[in-house]
Amino acid sequence: MRHDHLITSKQLSRADIESVLDYASEIAADPSAVADKHAGQLLGLLFFEPSTRTKMSFETAMKRLGGDVVDMGSVESSSVKKGETLADTVRVIEGYADAIVLRHPKQGSATMASEFVDVPLLNAGDGAGHHPTQTLLDLYTIRENAGLDDLTIGIMGDLKYGRTVHSLAYALTNFDTRQHFISPESLRLPREVVYDLHQQQDGTGIREHESLEEILPSLDVLYVTRIQRERFPDENEYQAVAGEYQIDVETLEDAREDLTVMHPLPRVDEIAPEIDRTDHAAYFEQAHNAVPVRMALLDLLLSDHEADEDGETGDGGHDE
Amino acid sequence: MSNDHDPHGNDDHELRVSKIRDGTVIDHVRGGQALNVLAILGIDGTRGEELSIGMNVPSDRLARKDIVKVEGRELSQDEVDVLSLIAPDATINIVRDYDVVEKHRVERPDVVEGVLSCPNASCITTGNEPVTSRFSVLEDGVRCSYCETIVREDIASLIDT
Ligand SMILES: [Zn+2]
Repeated sequence: MRHDHLITSKQLSRADIESVLDYASEIAADPSAVADKHAGQLLGLLFFEPSTRTKMSFETAMKRLGGDVVDMGSVESSSVKKGETLADTVRVIEGYADAIVLRHPKQGSATMASEFVDVPLLNAGDGAGHHPTQTLLDLYTIRENAGLDDLTIGIMGDLKYGRTVHSLAYALTNFDTRQHFISPESLRLPREVVYDLHQQQDGTGIREHESLEEILPSLDVLYVTRIQRERFPDENEYQAVAGEYQIDVETLEDAREDLTVMHPLPRVDEIAPEIDRTDHAAYFEQAHNAVPVRMALLDLLLSDHEADEDGETGDGGHDE
Repeated sequence: MSNDHDPHGNDDHELRVSKIRDGTVIDHVRGGQALNVLAILGIDGTRGEELSIGMNVPSDRLARKDIVKVEGRELSQDEVDVLSLIAPDATINIVRDYDVVEKHRVERPDVVEGVLSCPNASCITTGNEPVTSRFSVLEDGVRCSYCETIVREDIASLIDT
């Protein structure tokens, strides 16, 4: 992989994805081999929105590489409250840290921020936009459980606001996959995303459904996301659809025995706890995979960046 | 290349708009878009620009077309490119000493910068960040390079004035 920043899963080729996943499984098998690789280096964590899981897994990953983190803290206690622009914030943190992880509520924030800094910037979620590191750990989990080619995947729940879903769908177009999107009418994939999927693939691998029933038996993987009450104007409307997109052991009676069930977590009631004990459940494994995958990514981006810096000293460095 | 007679014989209608000596005639603008053309060019008449505008003039090629004549100003390629977003059929005639010396169709650029503002309130470019808007031009619309929102209709309403 050779990128300065990781902003969207669209920038990742099949070869990029495979190199990260291969490296992540090497690290998972022997974490001690990279334990001191980034000693003395600092990762800047800029979370303008709370996300305990994503933040902690980045922190763990950097520490397991021998490095450390500097944390902006909560938005309430930072200069953001005083009206500092994101462009200024990242330029300041660039002077402290060797790489930056950014989570921000506005779409396009990571793209913009990356235009202001030279250190690698990783997008950890920009509003309803992208969440590419989540996608890589999702792909890692899918590959471990079902493989990435000749794959039939169902993606169910809130497909409209779910950035993890959009990122995953883009990345999967690099592989031989059939993607089935299952959601209530009001939470279908945004037309922008459908447009992109058709641009990336010829569109033949993409189908939209309102019900899981008809396609469940053909699925290798079922990726479930949360449908939030607050997305619905009134409670009755929510109640009318919510049940249809929750799964329990009974729902899965028609599923293949080797169906893998995934969820980016946290879940509320989308997946009944009784499924946790079945061989279908892969969501905790999925969460744990965040660490080796983010270790692999951080190592690749930091090492690439160091190589660039070394290479540039010969021709007078860069102008900023 | 130079051709100052409209082969479709619209001369009668053209007469409604006075001839210019030096400047640009933007012809075959879609009916009703003339004022948006001026907005894109940043022309509002306050700086004494001499303008003639014909709106909803009958045309063979477009059912109704607008014509904009700007005295004393030749459009840059950048301006012409941006015009293509709202006036894809426009022809640009550069006039010197009452003669059309150049005539060309607009071409759609790949990207327009600093011209349109993003309609998505959740887009980072709508805050107070020091960033210039950037849109890529699609076959049937434009797309924000930051938040990726696609706009197909009423692109003129996004013009930054
Ligand atoms: Zn935008």
